[in-house]
Amino acid sequence: MSDEGRLSGPGGLNGPGSLSGPGSLSGPGSLSGPGSLSGPGGVAVATEPAPARQGLLPDEPLRELAARYGLKPAAVRPPILAYIRELWQRRHFVVGFATARTVAMYTEARLGQLWQILTPLLNAAVYYLIFGVILDTKRGVPNFIAFLVTGIFVFNFTQRSFVIASRVINDSLPLIRALYFPRASLPLGYVIIELQQLMISYVVLIAIVLGTGEGVTWYWLLVLPVMLLQTLFNVGAAFILARVGAGMDDVSQLLPFIVRTWMYTSGVMFSIQTMKTLIGHHKLSYLLQINPAAVYITLTRNALLTSQRLSIPGAAPYNKHLCTLYYADPSKFLKSDNPAIGYYSAHCAPLISNTGLWLYAVGWAILTLLVGFFFFWRAEARYGRG
Amino acid sequence: MAEPMVVVDDLHVVYRVYGASGDRGTAATALLRLLKRQRRPSIREVHALQGLSFVAYRGDAVGVIGRNGSGKSTLLRAIAGLLPAEQGSVYTDGHGALLGVNAALLDDLTGDRNVVLGCLAMGMSREEVKERYPHIVEFSGVGDFINLPMRTYSTGMGSRLRFAIASAKSHDVLLIDEALATGDAEFRVKSHARIEELRALAGTVFLVAHNLGEVEATCNRVIWLEKGQIVQAGDDVPGIIDAYLVASGGEPRVREPIKA
Repeated sequence: MSDEGRLSGPGGLNGPGSLSGPGSLSGPGSLSGPGSLSGPGGVAVATEPAPARQGLLPDEPLRELAARYGLKPAAVRPPILAYIRELWQRRHFVVGFATARTVAMYTEARLGQLWQILTPLLNAAVYYLIFGVILDTKRGVPNFIAFLVTGIFVFNFTQRSFVIASRVINDSLPLIRALYFPRASLPLGYVIIELQQLMISYVVLIAIVLGTGEGVTWYWLLVLPVMLLQTLFNVGAAFILARVGAGMDDVSQLLPFIVRTWMYTSGVMFSIQTMKTLIGHHKLSYLLQINPAAVYITLTRNALLTSQRLSIPGAAPYNKHLCTLYYADPSKFLKSDNPAIGYYSAHCAPLISNTGLWLYAVGWAILTLLVGFFFFWRAEARYGRG
Repeated sequence: MAEPMVVVDDLHVVYRVYGASGDRGTAATALLRLLKRQRRPSIREVHALQGLSFVAYRGDAVGVIGRNGSGKSTLLRAIAGLLPAEQGSVYTDGHGALLGVNAALLDDLTGDRNVVLGCLAMGMSREEVKERYPHIVEFSGVGDFINLPMRTYSTGMGSRLRFAIASAKSHDVLLIDEALATGDAEFRVKSHARIEELRALAGTVFLVAHNLGEVEATCNRVIWLEKGQIVQAGDDVPGIIDAYLVASGGEPRVREPIKA
């Protein structure tokens, strides 16, 4: 039955009589108008009454008809510049979406928004218990609590952006299927949510930093550019993960493990720069230090913690003897009473200078953002399938 | 005068369904599959639309009828640009907004937030949202529920609010998939009037509905789909609906004279 009288074939069930019936808004009269206009004559409107046609199909090839009226193919991604413009136009949506999600996240909890502060606090407490007290990795790091908490909060920002981004497309399917908007709004919005979280964590962090005897310095302002660069990096990575995660659920299953491994190699709970195990493994140490998470963590620590800034290798002129002393017993030769010596570890040679770190921070941010955005945009028309 | 708004040219849509096999779905069978180097559990292809062609014009309200699984919703999603075509293409002017029963916006947010976010997502400015907000809430008729999360809404209330949001902006192409089915009588009258307004604003409306009375009252054209192909299409809405009813083993509709 399905083959009988298909639209494109002539002679459907409803004859010409029904077509010429009165009262239809855009009746066949008006329909044959544009169709015949495009004909060779170009003027005659009533050359062809088109009775056999079923009203929905004009004579000329459909593609030409569409082109003549400037209709564009649906489900085709816009050019990249137009896409960026659309995204900018939806900036209020991105921000609104982000805020609304943050608010909704805690509506079920009795403590409500308090969890925004409690979660990072509890996180810090757990890691301090394990790595500071039980495993005692704090040897050789001045002010280990502040050192650890800074690392956890900064890494958490990247970690959560990654994990959420890998699920964002699948989680937002109803929205994607209902409305058209640049899909890049979604990963972008979620990273902004996490940025808000990071800023709230900073309230806790600043309290801990001050409570552990660090002072307020102008270096604190450097936290802002680091945060900006890390956000750009996270956005870029979130684009990549959002696209990969949209295709495969396996990714979001696997990602927590990958991210956890990454955390253990990024110097969140130990200092890559002064770790004894890494002596002599210059290449490995270098690779660990330039990984984006380590770069952003180190820069934040140097900005926020005076003890870190003064103890990191390269902070003082190179002195082989003092450096060797540090590695002989880091807990004993952490800091000298002699202010001219200060931290022993500061007299070691750095693998990457401070300037080098900043260059890596900028490089990672720009590279990841560009690659990620391009990668995400390429599949724009395919999100929400299936 | 009649300007085409949606041109569907030999459209084919194929769904690829994963995991459609008789696999028992245990970890052991999955491992076995990997060891035997088989591909994903039988990717089945469903040829949902098989070469549709039609043109819809400015001001049209097109009803799409047919049995469950005949490809109605797929057609709407393809027109909305949410499903890429396997072959052929869909040409539209601007992006269509698809409105379906399941198209919840953000369930855990309040209706109020959904209104704002939905409007922003459609590309309105903050001022526009502020301006339209009271109309949307009033039109939806959800009343005090507007301050509660959408997951607490009844099906009818949810679909009313969604319709109110999606129809707040005059889309060039509005695609409605059974969205009105759950509304009450009063809302149907209102939404009917709104669709008429949207049509008058030179948009094109597509309506998928099993309620044929709804289609007949709202649409000036109708497309009857069966197994992904067009059986009939045209302006003779009552005629095609009757033919469809007869083909499904029913009786033609009894039509009462229209009351003013």
